[in-house]
Amino acid sequence: MRLDLYARPSRSRLREILAPVGAMIVAILIGGIVVALMGRSPLEAFDVYFIEPLSQSYSLQAIAVKATPLILIGVGLAFCYRANYWNIGAEGQFIAGGALGGWLGLLTHDGAYQGALGSWWILPAMMILGALGGLLYAMIPALLRVWLNVSEILTSLMLVYVAQLGLDWLVRGPWKDPTGHNLPVSVNFDPEATLPILFDGGSLHLGVLLAPIVAVIAAVVFAKTLFGYQVRLVGSAPKAARFGGFNDRAVAVAAFAISGGLAGLAGVVEVSGKIGQLLPSISPGYGFSAIIVAFLGRLSPIGIFIAGLVLALTFVGGEDAQIAMHLPGDLTLAFQGVLLICVLAADVLARYSLRLTLGAKG
Amino acid sequence: MGQTDTALAGEPASPLLAVRAITKRFGSFTANDGVTLGLAQGEVHALLGENGAGKSTLVKMLYGLLAPTEGEILWQGAPITLANPNAARALGIGMVFQHFSLFDNLTVAENIALVMPQTVRLQDVPGRIEEISRAYGMGLEPGRPVWSLSAGERQRIEIARCLLQDPKVLILDEPTSVLTPQEAEKLFETLDRLKEEGRALLYISHHLEEVKRLCDRATILRLGKVVGTCDPRVETARSLAALMVGTQIAEVRAAGAHALGKERLVVSDLDAPSPSLHGVALKHVSLAVKGGEVFGVAGVAGNGQSELFANLSGESLAPRPESILIDGAPVGGLGISERRARNAGFVPEERNGHAAAPDFTLSENIVLTGHGSNGLTQMGFINGAAAKAQSQKVITAFDVRKSGADPLARTLSGGNLQKFVVGREILREPALLVINQPTWGVDALAAATIRQALLDLCARGVAVLIISQDLDELFEISDRIAVIHTGQLSAALPARSVTREEIGLLMAGMSGGAHPSGDGHAP
Amino acid sequence: MSFDPQQIQDILVIIVAAATPLLLAAIGEVVAERAGMLNLGLEGMMIVGAATGFAFAYLSGSTMIGVVAGIFCGMLMSGVFAFLTIGLATNQVAAGLALTIFGRGLANLIGEGFVGLKRTGAPHLYIPGLTDLPLVGRLIFGEDFFVYFAILLTGAVSYWLMRTRAGLTLRAVGDNHTSGHSLGVPVRGIRLLAVLFGGACAGLAGAYLSLSYTPFWSPDMTAGRGWIALALVVFASWKPWRALAGALLFGGVAVLALAFQGLGVPIPAQLLNSLPYLTTIVVLVVLSIRDSRGALAPASLGQAFIPDR
Repeated sequence: MRLDLYARPSRSRLREILAPVGAMIVAILIGGIVVALMGRSPLEAFDVYFIEPLSQSYSLQAIAVKATPLILIGVGLAFCYRANYWNIGAEGQFIAGGALGGWLGLLTHDGAYQGALGSWWILPAMMILGALGGLLYAMIPALLRVWLNVSEILTSLMLVYVAQLGLDWLVRGPWKDPTGHNLPVSVNFDPEATLPILFDGGSLHLGVLLAPIVAVIAAVVFAKTLFGYQVRLVGSAPKAARFGGFNDRAVAVAAFAISGGLAGLAGVVEVSGKIGQLLPSISPGYGFSAIIVAFLGRLSPIGIFIAGLVLALTFVGGEDAQIAMHLPGDLTLAFQGVLLICVLAADVLARYSLRLTLGAKG
Repeated sequence: MGQTDTALAGEPASPLLAVRAITKRFGSFTANDGVTLGLAQGEVHALLGENGAGKSTLVKMLYGLLAPTEGEILWQGAPITLANPNAARALGIGMVFQHFSLFDNLTVAENIALVMPQTVRLQDVPGRIEEISRAYGMGLEPGRPVWSLSAGERQRIEIARCLLQDPKVLILDEPTSVLTPQEAEKLFETLDRLKEEGRALLYISHHLEEVKRLCDRATILRLGKVVGTCDPRVETARSLAALMVGTQIAEVRAAGAHALGKERLVVSDLDAPSPSLHGVALKHVSLAVKGGEVFGVAGVAGNGQSELFANLSGESLAPRPESILIDGAPVGGLGISERRARNAGFVPEERNGHAAAPDFTLSENIVLTGHGSNGLTQMGFINGAAAKAQSQKVITAFDVRKSGADPLARTLSGGNLQKFVVGREILREPALLVINQPTWGVDALAAATIRQALLDLCARGVAVLIISQDLDELFEISDRIAVIHTGQLSAALPARSVTREEIGLLMAGMSGGAHPSGDGHAP
Repeated sequence: MSFDPQQIQDILVIIVAAATPLLLAAIGEVVAERAGMLNLGLEGMMIVGAATGFAFAYLSGSTMIGVVAGIFCGMLMSGVFAFLTIGLATNQVAAGLALTIFGRGLANLIGEGFVGLKRTGAPHLYIPGLTDLPLVGRLIFGEDFFVYFAILLTGAVSYWLMRTRAGLTLRAVGDNHTSGHSLGVPVRGIRLLAVLFGGACAGLAGAYLSLSYTPFWSPDMTAGRGWIALALVVFASWKPWRALAGALLFGGVAVLALAFQGLGVPIPAQLLNSLPYLTTIVVLVVLSIRDSRGALAPASLGQAFIPDR
């Protein structure tokens, strides 16, 4: 029995765009089977996960709010992955950014440091610090890889655990709210350190605007700039990149810087927008879900924008399903994993056809 | 030009191994089309054809690596199916690959043990290797790791691996492409001996003199079809070449004597450590190339050609900046972009992956080496229209065949991609051009186009340095030839007066040996 | 501080216990990587092994059934990985990540119904007289079957890799899969078997965690051990016996954390808990300085293979 791949004679852009859609459909079908195995109605689950959240204003806002970190991190990952550097530690960079940015929020709590200048500078500074925190944290795996050829996959991953433990210690220790009844939380941020809500009564905060802006800028960078060209080249043909006179190490460090910076920015946006304070855990795994978003979006910023919205939909739907149908939250994560598997398979099948032959020879 | 089955002495009535109307298609591409060919015991049969004719595809089917789309393979007259190379080896068919199928990090014994039948114990393999090594004068040491061996030694492992299975048929795919002339001679002695032992040999080559020396019969393939069978001892090299290519290729015309300009590239005493684990260090390399001159560097693969190219191009920086001068300026410490800014152009050996990015379009590949020039980039943005226009210029000037307006580089055939990457540099109007293996793996027409373009270039006063493993090519277009061996460069000798024997000896590191202090000035 | 032999033995036993899951997973990964397959899904396969192992053991009442379930599910997951990377020639890094993300979700789903439940752990060997020896009695003669199996597995794989024809063939595929194919070696079949073996070992390692190391299931209980096992393979230069040494080293680090906590040293618990991860980074850095050209890794590691036919 043989399974053989045959390259399709021509590239079809239509097929390449439809591939992720096909993957989505297959993943939903698999999810439906699992739900049925768990004794619930697949149709009802599909409704609660995918249809209902699109019909209500509050859940639409929740989708936008949840999509923002996914898109920001995902776009950053696209820079790394297209350069063939596997930054798996976006979760850690997210936390580092949220912590550093959030630190300024704690520092300026209750009007501290707000003398003559007032308080307008706090939010922008927090954003910058957040990006900086993620960027610096990403420099560790970046430099280790570029200088010493240490696997960035393993180092960035290990640093996720370190970041989680670090934040846990900070929030339970030096940053704990002294008036908070010994709960492991920090003080709530002042309004000056919180992203303002766009529409009264809703949950849509200013940070939501960052996602489309970043996606568009990244799309232009990839398609039109020499830097974007270098990133794509280093990932696709590193020898040719050196032949072209490009510094592939510098490109690698830049890719990690952008990726870490965007993840850190996502972290501080989440902390100062949605959460409003620092907690031991500020991410339900955004850094890892963003990996799926990046692949689902085929590593292109506009695709990632759409994929981020889709995955945010599954998160919001998943929360609803927990309440309405008592379906566990881990089902969402498992579904996202299945989705990534289907996307990877669909990506290959868009370019190759598969043939199964029984017997010794085809 | 149909099947010309000229009168042959001893056309085998009952061939040992034969194919009948064999066809192999890969998707819409037909690699072999209705090929019929027979091999008798004790016969040395040449399979001739230029690059892309379908020779390798045919023998892969004979070795069980590919399955025919149509047609039959016959062993001793009966049709057989070869499911995989194990089946071929069990019948008694052995293959010596062009790009050796060896495992660098395993020892000689381990490499050979892999294909021995299960009945042979692992511990017995080294002893058997020593036996056969003595019998055929091969000098193999079972315990050495393959990465430490030369190309000639590696080929002997391939051959020993086949001989240990006592093959009735031995297929050799371009065996002399990596050998010095003297090593090739030694190989021919071994092959003569195998022929005396009654084995059949199928010898693939596009080197006509070799074929005339060794073979009893020749089958010529062109574009997948058999275009003739003949006795190569009777034919001339020209008639064989015409059959192989199908048209009369215009001979490459030298531009006639032209005055040489000043020295544009001067390398003095270049010492460069080996960049990688299995690389070659350069030692005291010196040469000078004048404007209007073609300087050829001959040598067997693996003697420092890639390292020399990398040092000349700037992909590796030289320890002393003055060791490389372009138009008098020390560039040893400058990277490739700065050297390009000084009007130098470079074409590396590997077209897919090094000279061009395979998954980028042709216009994007123009940006690869042209981004420092005017017009292609502005303030960090790429001018796509300018890149496409430049790409079209190259395509038109060098007759690059492609499908689609701006296709991916990987979709071009070898010859067309090579014309593109060479043309890309020529159209940048360099003062110095350094090329590594200009026509390797390229069909004859494209090769002729490229060589003519190089000669035209030097007629315009450009200094051209060619590194090549193809001695015929070097003799055809070089003014002077130097030989690189284990990282050392010999003195440059005039192409018109030096003989192949002399070059061959230098390639093997013998006679006079390398003249490291030679400064390569023309007499 | 007095050196109570009982305390020392306790420490040594814990080191071995902490090393065992790392060793089991690492041995499987050594075989897979020696064939050229980089399996980043190890963490996902391990945790699925832990969840299914506990679930089946709890429901059936038999530790052995739990072990078999864990191994089988680890293999199933690696079968999906093999389909993606060998059948469809997908990028191995992306496929491995997908399996890890999927595995974590799946394992938590399976284990959900078993949180908080306890069962008796796997039985330990007891030989009267030998097991009661001071200092080494329980260490050598009082371990559970997982530990003995892990050591046997190390020896068996080491012998198989270096001294048998099949092991040679696997190493050849890892060195140069195109050469292997040209000689008629079934490259994809060998890679498939290597990956399945790796998945089985990862599942077994996970089952150990929930059946013996701590006889219960808790969400995300592998805590990154699969990733540490990957680093361990590099540390061991792809040699089984060195993986044993490395696993003991990491086990030692884990014990260090516990020891400090027990001794009341005023280092924050989070820092101690981050020691294994920090150690991994340090180890990788040291290794890279020693072997900067990556010459020890199997040459075809991570490279996809699509044969012509």
